[in-house]
Order: sequence, then structure tokens, then C-alpha cells
Amino acid sequence: MTIATGNLQAGEPVFYLVDEHEHAEGSSTMLGFWIYLMSDCLIFAILFATYGVLGGNYAAGPAPKDLFDLSLVAVNTSMLLLSSITYGFAMLQMEQSRVGATQAWLAITGLFGLAFIGIELSEFAHMIHEGATPQRSAFLSSFFTLVGTHGLHVTFGLVWLVTLMTQVSRYGLTEANRRRLMCLSMFWHFLDVVWIGVFTFVYLMGMLR
Amino acid sequence: MDAFHAHGDAHSGHPSGSRGSYLLGFTLSVVLTALPFWFVMGGTLGDKQVTALVIMAFAAVQIVVHMIYFLHMNTTSEGGWSMMALIFTVIMVVIALTGSLWVMHHLNGNMMPVHDLSRMR
Repeated sequence: MTIATGNLQAGEPVFYLVDEHEHAEGSSTMLGFWIYLMSDCLIFAILFATYGVLGGNYAAGPAPKDLFDLSLVAVNTSMLLLSSITYGFAMLQMEQSRVGATQAWLAITGLFGLAFIGIELSEFAHMIHEGATPQRSAFLSSFFTLVGTHGLHVTFGLVWLVTLMTQVSRYGLTEANRRRLMCLSMFWHFLDVVWIGVFTFVYLMGMLR
Repeated sequence: MDAFHAHGDAHSGHPSGSRGSYLLGFTLSVVLTALPFWFVMGGTLGDKQVTALVIMAFAAVQIVVHMIYFLHMNTTSEGGWSMMALIFTVIMVVIALTGSLWVMHHLNGNMMPVHDLSRMR
């Protein structure tokens, strides 16, 4: 709270904080990571806008109705939703400092995430096999870019999850590991929020076109 | 003075949910996900325009539910800065989305019709 005591002997007033106040290690990590997520949100906004503009340009190719299997998308959505709640349970166990239970819930989260990626990749493979490749039409280019970017995020989330599980098993639930797990928690829930946009705008609205 | 030190205090207690709040958020999400799928797959609402508007409203509500129950957003975490970042992002997203769709819609509307020549007089 000392202001302008830095160089009183010089007799010049100082109009800023002279003493650096304390920054606990990692005290700004959560806000910084949140701002990263917001910038990520802008990336997805641009991809959604691109899909919104180009989503109706089929170039006489396949339309959403010919390609999408809504029951498969519903299963996929439930995988991601379940992985969100299991990650929440992992965080609750972390607060109780139970390493084993935290690891178990994280592993279950990873399995749900893996199922999501697996279903999405099989859907993509099926579409490409039918000739609905990204270069077929503007609709398909923007579709694969948007949904693929989300899938890539989930994939990197899984890599991160495995990394953190290794960290926790080796060093336990240290302060740093708790902070990392909270960052991944935000990342994981954020991807679920983006998926709400994807299944609504791309899949459900696509079937209504 | 408070502004300088607020961020130092804010991190001490990260907002986190309880088992009950997670389960409540999950239940709401399941309902808010299942209903739009039912509307579209079953054609329950009949009119496509109405269905589109309804499922968009459901998505908006579900995003808010996830923000509150899973991401633990509130106006006080990190001294209010995470909420500020969120509000800024929402404004940018709205401008980017509505601007793109609006401009490109009118661009398409003003193009010379290629196939539908009947409307030309």
C-alpha cells in the first residue's frame, strides 16, 4: 500500500506503485487460460459463420439429408455430455484429494472422449467412402473444417488428459497438477459448449434445410 | 487501492461445483439435448421454421446451463475479469455471425438468378 515512497530523498513525486505486489505462482493462470478459451471461441465463431454462409452450396452434390445419421449424432452427443459430467466428478474427487478416484474418473472421461472421436472418425470415413469428400462442395469443405477442428480439439484434449494422468500418478495431486487439471476441465467443458452449436446448427438444422 | 489487490485475492477460492450442481446441470443438459433431437427426428412440431427457431432457443439455454453448472461462470470470479472477457467475446461472436450471414444473404439475393429466370420481368 506504499505509494511514492520509492525515492523520497530525491524529492520528486512518483505517480505509480513502486513496490511490486506479490504474485503467487499460477495466480493468473486461470484467467489467462479463460482468455485463451475466448480466443478459441472466436476461431469457432468464424468457422460457424463460414458454414452458415456456405452450408447451402451443395454444387449438385450430396446434401445434409443424404449424409447425416441423426441417431449416430445423438449417440455421439451423449458420449461428450457423459464425459463432461465424469470430468466434473473427477474434479470433485480432486478437491477431496483422493488420487485413485480422481484417476479413475479421468480414465472414464478419456474413454468417453475416445468413443466420441471414434464415432466421428467412422462417420467421416463413411462420408468420404460415399464420395462426400471435403473437396466435393463448399458445404462439405466448411462442414469438414468446422467439425474437424472441433474433433482435433477433442483429440488434443485427450492427449492432454493422458499427460496429466501420468503427471498425477507420478507426482500426486500437487498444487501445480490441480491447476493443470482445472485448466483441462475448462477446456473440456468448453468443447462441450462448442458441440452444442455443432449439433444444433450443423446436424439438426441441416436436416431441416 | 482495491483494484490493485482484488486479483490477488480472487484466486484463493476457485468457484467449483458440488455433486448436486453437477448432476442438476447434467440433467438439464440431457433434457435440453434430447428434446431438439426429438423435435427434428420425429417432426413433432410440424413446421420447419418453428422447429429451427425452437432448437436454436434450446441451444442458447443449454449453453447458459453449461456456462453456469460446468464452467462455473459468475460475475465475481477473477475479480469480474473472466465475465468481462466473456461479454467481449460474445459481442465479437454476435457481430461476426450476424454480419457474415446478413451480408452474404443479401449478396446472394442480389445476384442475377441463374436457374430461376421466371422471376425476371
